[in-house]
Amino acid sequence: MNQVAEKVSNSADDTIVSVDGIAKRYEGGVQALKGVNLDIPAGQLTTFLGPSGCGKTTLLKIIAGLLDPTEGEVRIRGQKVTGPGPDRSFVFQDFALMPWATVIRNVAFGLELSGASKEERYEKATKYIAEVGLKGFEDAYPHELSGGMRQRVGLARALAVNADIILMDEPFASVDEQTRRKFQDDLLDLLAIEKKTVIFVTHSIEEAVYVSDQIVLLSRRPGKVANIFTTDLDRSVSPDEVRRQKNYLDSVDEIWAILREYLQEDESAAARKVRG
Amino acid sequence: MTIFGKKVHIIFSLFLWALVWEVVGHTGWFDIFPPLTEIFKAGLEIVPTDKFHNAMSITLHAYFVGMGLAVLIGIPLGSLMGYSKVVDQLVGTWVNIFVSAPLTAIVPVLMVLFGIGQTTVIASVFMFAIWVIVLDTRAGVKSVNPSLPEMAFSFGANGWTVFTRIYLLAALPEVLAGIRMGLIRAVKGVVIGQLLVAIMGIGELFELYSRNFLFEEFWALLLMVFAFAFATAEAVGYVERRVEFYASAR
Repeated sequence: MNQVAEKVSNSADDTIVSVDGIAKRYEGGVQALKGVNLDIPAGQLTTFLGPSGCGKTTLLKIIAGLLDPTEGEVRIRGQKVTGPGPDRSFVFQDFALMPWATVIRNVAFGLELSGASKEERYEKATKYIAEVGLKGFEDAYPHELSGGMRQRVGLARALAVNADIILMDEPFASVDEQTRRKFQDDLLDLLAIEKKTVIFVTHSIEEAVYVSDQIVLLSRRPGKVANIFTTDLDRSVSPDEVRRQKNYLDSVDEIWAILREYLQEDESAAARKVRG
Repeated sequence: MTIFGKKVHIIFSLFLWALVWEVVGHTGWFDIFPPLTEIFKAGLEIVPTDKFHNAMSITLHAYFVGMGLAVLIGIPLGSLMGYSKVVDQLVGTWVNIFVSAPLTAIVPVLMVLFGIGQTTVIASVFMFAIWVIVLDTRAGVKSVNPSLPEMAFSFGANGWTVFTRIYLLAALPEVLAGIRMGLIRAVKGVVIGQLLVAIMGIGELFELYSRNFLFEEFWALLLMVFAFAFATAEAVGYVERRVEFYASAR
């Protein structure tokens, strides 16, 4: 119930990221996003969810400053985004680890680029490697680790630079189901300590409902905000119990109903094309 | 290799052919094939001579200067081609022409440009070695997982840092393969350069030995050149195998 009270009190100055009229058209004419307006509250986990190709990752990369929008702007605490910055760090779907570098050097890479001394960055890297549960693997190479462990390295690297906002692009898409569930729980525990704003992209409804404070549902291409859900889950209970809560199950059903509609529209549009 | 169900070391085939050569040499049927033992004896005789030392030092000088230039220019050029579509389209055709062209035919043109002497030999080494380095580096840079540079950019790296810290390192296995093949081609380059243009260095020795039917010495020198090319390529191959683990993991 406390959580609900907090949400209600979410006022404009709690907004850390504002997305204002964003449109993105790729070279070649694909319109990925159109008229996206969105406020993302600080200190919470916000998920972008939507059918594949709806531009979730594009929107995330625009917020990261890795892609330029065709129209509109993203502001972070009122400051317009013109490129990547130390207030944001990114976790990649394919981990993006340097195969020639050990775990500790990978985790320390962001710090190294910002010019931290070797001592400082190894100290911080060691701390975050332990936090993500990889203590003892500091000198291992990425190819010696499993997919789930590699993504933990990616997460430690993003945490080590101490950015306020962590952007995660389908971080668990390429790990198996057991690892994924364990990882989701570990992520939530970690975020409870680290107090970050997280923007999370996924195409899994269950994952979105399970990890998020709020879910932004994007429509089909060109993607725009179709709906925003806030999930109020009681997280004081075990993960399995969370997944049996009425709120959890209702949210999953509700979102699935909307996504199914998109799917049916797609199918009838395809059918019209075939007939026409 | 397996013979009569028994595993035989690869060295055995080398030994077998050496034996065949020795026997054929002793029959005296072909003048150009003296016995292998005679060739080794001749080798031991020519190695301590001043003539050989001078020839070697001038040849190695041309070899390493030409090769060094090929690496220094080839890697940046290949990287640029892999990095930028414009550069790739601008020079790609030329690189592909040169890599497949009969370069021996170009050596006389080099002579016109650089005169008869060491410069032409260096240019010849350079021309033989550089193109494969360019193409391999290009392939390496092109195959870099696009997430890696994106990752570096997301942590605030600038273009130059991304280039040196991500692209070059990620492409290292291909770059080394290019250098290894470049080293072998450079041996051709130095010998052809010396034979065709400036009769100097070991080219001069080859010329001297073959013209005077000194086949023992001729083969001894040729085997030394083979051994040299093999040893330098293997040295790079050793480094290459040490970084191979990440070529497949990118």
